[in-house]
Amino acid sequence: MPPYPQNKNGLSAPWPWLVTVLALAGLAALPVLVVATNLLVPSQGTWSHLADTVLGDYVANSLALMGGVGLGVTLGGVGTAWLVTMCRFPGSRPLEWALLLPMAMPAYVVAYAYTGFLDYAGPVQTALRALFGWQSMRDYWFPDIRSLGGAIAVLVMVLYPYVYMLARAAFLEQSVCVLEASRTLGRGPWRSFFGIALPLARASIITGLALALMETLNDFGTVQFFAVDTFTTGIYRTWLGLGKPAVAAQLGAVLMIFVAVLIALERLSRGGAKSHHTTTRYRRLPRIPLTGGRAVLALLFCALPVALGFVVPAAMLAAWTIEVGLAQSFGGDFLHLAKNSLLLALVAGLAAVAVAVVLAYAQRLHPRPLVRLAVRVASLGYAIPGSVIAVGIMVPLIALDRSVARTIESWTGMSPGLLLTGTVFALVYAYMVRFLAVSAGSVEASLAKVTPSLEAAARTLGCGTVAALKRVHLPMIKGSLLSAILLVFVDVMKELPATLIMRPFNFDTLATRTFTFASDERLASAGAPALAIVLVGLIPVLLLSRAIAKSRPGESE
Amino acid sequence: MSPQTGLSMQGISHHFGKMRVVDDVSLNIAPGELVCLLGPSGCGKTTTLRIAAGLEAPDAGTVSLNGAVVSGNGIHLPPERRHVGFLFQDYALFPHLRVLGNVEFGIDSLRPADRHARAMEMLEQVGMADYAGSWPHQLSGGQQQRVALARALAPSPALMLLDEPFSGLDKRLRDLVRDETLQVLKRNKVATLMVTHDPEEAMFMADRVAVMRQGQVMQFDRPEVLYNSPADPFVAAFFGEVNQWHARPQGGMIRSPLGDFACSHDGECDVLARPEAVRMESDGAIVARVLTARPLGPVSLLHLLVADPNGGNLEIRARLACRSLPAEGEIIRLAVDPTQVFVYPRA
Repeated sequence: MPPYPQNKNGLSAPWPWLVTVLALAGLAALPVLVVATNLLVPSQGTWSHLADTVLGDYVANSLALMGGVGLGVTLGGVGTAWLVTMCRFPGSRPLEWALLLPMAMPAYVVAYAYTGFLDYAGPVQTALRALFGWQSMRDYWFPDIRSLGGAIAVLVMVLYPYVYMLARAAFLEQSVCVLEASRTLGRGPWRSFFGIALPLARASIITGLALALMETLNDFGTVQFFAVDTFTTGIYRTWLGLGKPAVAAQLGAVLMIFVAVLIALERLSRGGAKSHHTTTRYRRLPRIPLTGGRAVLALLFCALPVALGFVVPAAMLAAWTIEVGLAQSFGGDFLHLAKNSLLLALVAGLAAVAVAVVLAYAQRLHPRPLVRLAVRVASLGYAIPGSVIAVGIMVPLIALDRSVARTIESWTGMSPGLLLTGTVFALVYAYMVRFLAVSAGSVEASLAKVTPSLEAAARTLGCGTVAALKRVHLPMIKGSLLSAILLVFVDVMKELPATLIMRPFNFDTLATRTFTFASDERLASAGAPALAIVLVGLIPVLLLSRAIAKSRPGESE
Repeated sequence: MSPQTGLSMQGISHHFGKMRVVDDVSLNIAPGELVCLLGPSGCGKTTTLRIAAGLEAPDAGTVSLNGAVVSGNGIHLPPERRHVGFLFQDYALFPHLRVLGNVEFGIDSLRPADRHARAMEMLEQVGMADYAGSWPHQLSGGQQQRVALARALAPSPALMLLDEPFSGLDKRLRDLVRDETLQVLKRNKVATLMVTHDPEEAMFMADRVAVMRQGQVMQFDRPEVLYNSPADPFVAAFFGEVNQWHARPQGGMIRSPLGDFACSHDGECDVLARPEAVRMESDGAIVARVLTARPLGPVSLLHLLVADPNGGNLEIRARLACRSLPAEGEIIRLAVDPTQVFVYPRA
């Protein structure tokens, strides 16, 4: 029998699904479109002024950041992935999941931690002075972490896991058969790696690299703190400092060109190298046992990222929290901040997953190109920096609020003020745009579990689309829904630039308070809220690690 | 038969893209009757079934259930409002519900006590009452099939639709489950439309069989009529391999290696003879040389060489019961059952 044509819909006439999916996709695409149109707006005086003065710096700094981070995460990510999947050395098994730990760290938190760790009063310089008997700053030279180089180092430390994770999965997916074929054809293990394994994993590595670079462009906290001027800091400053929304939007539009180039390059590399595995037989990966000096080197190479990206900054945060005092750290304001963060993240997580369910289900009901395009567009937000999304939402929202206020005023003579701008609603909208792809991906994948015949069975047993969704689909994908909520939840907890720009007046979260403490040079006080963010961020990383430890796709026969 | 009850499909056509998968199909099924759609892969039988269920909307034609139009004339009643039961090839049991939950799924409008009673009654009927608390993945294929049958029948549907319901079972289990399913369906007196590609299964289950080919119904009749007077070579050949050759009638007679047959057509004809058409008889009219002989259990399969009256020799296959297997090269004599030989004008 030919497989069922995917609902060419006889299944009731669910046109409301079609309307809903198009409306949601439109809402999700709106901020991107708003910012993109600013490329076409005739330039204003301020813009040409910016172009003459800072724009060159922004471009140069962004390119330098991307170059440095790209190189660092590729070397670190691919190298560690290869070592832990293909070699056996002391600690290689626990390192396999420990290498993911830095994912729990927002870049700005690592930046704050290292600033404290490495500054004049910090443990490193104090120890050096004690060791060598130096009296003051003039006696020795010490590198300044608050620099372009420092920003690159910090971003590499927290972003290499993207490349690591995807490269590792790609290596595990490769059947050992092709590697063995290479060996029997006379190539040694290392030449097989460069000749076979690496080219086969190329597309995955580039995807990981593209994700890391998108995060680099998105970063605000690190570059702001290190005074490295990039587009995100520029947008923040022109929006909140200069009060020039149009200019901020134009900066955002230029930043989006960077993102578009990244997406295009990533697509290009994937399309060019569609490598299919030629064998379906998988065998246990024979790991090359390393001994002596080689084992030590491998261990150092893999342990270093974990130590630098997680252990040191986490220890620093913990030390600060204790230094300030536990009661002081977690008392008073902290609970209030935590409540704001948790509620916001929970609402955003639920909203993002609810929208993802609607999109995915509507796509199943209406598998036409238009709907597929709409869902694609709706998921674009993952690539767009939070600051750009913030501007793209605030500009139309302010305009809408003003016209509503004017209308109401003309009717009643009283101005209601701004209704949507600067509300939690606007903030949740921004999170949803930014993180929809995270939830949509996992919902879509898990809906595949509901086979067409299960859906048809529900229908013939009397369920309409909504009832089938409620009684069959959702219960079947419950687990994936929870993990999707969790992923968005954690991302929202960490999110900084959009929250800073869009938060209601006097509304603080753990992330914004960490930022303000650090900006005010009260690093020790930033310890507790930062630590809380990291601890929550650990949950999905640990779940991921557990999944890695349990399932070994490359090793099951 | 009254068109006011059961299922009636009139002039149904359906396309996937440019391909016409169902081409002017008309069927009717009375309450309590079981009709099989029989045909090779891709003949449109499953699509016809899905149109009856409302899972597809036909491009043309009407579907009526118990006298009311449910598809066509601008109407398309969605499957959830048709009151049909559908038994899927992969059973499609909901993995997140226990056996009882699956059977209760379609009758949630009943009061809880009635719902439970009805579900248990249906599980009782299919012999699965002891498994009410089990999860679908704990059941064997045959058990899952029974639960799926109970689930589909629980809402007392006006029409049951079965999509290759036994293809996932191994042969011995299949015969048993088939028998039980037939009994349950008959006991519930429900109009049933079943899809299968297995002629033996269709003969066993069906009151009437519709043989389909390339979207069209070639013949729709009782199984014995299909077998004994197939409407065309395709239908004749579908019940098993046939010996086939063509010949030109002369004076209303066709001279063939298996004897002479009356023929009313002019021009080229196809002659089809089932392997069962011949039997060994010491005074038979046909002389044949045995090429190979293979025992198949109850019958033996012989390849024979017979003389063609139009010149030369012809190889035929014969399926016959014989006490001792003839040796290769042996000369035997055959008698022919003319009701198993069919003559059709060539298209």
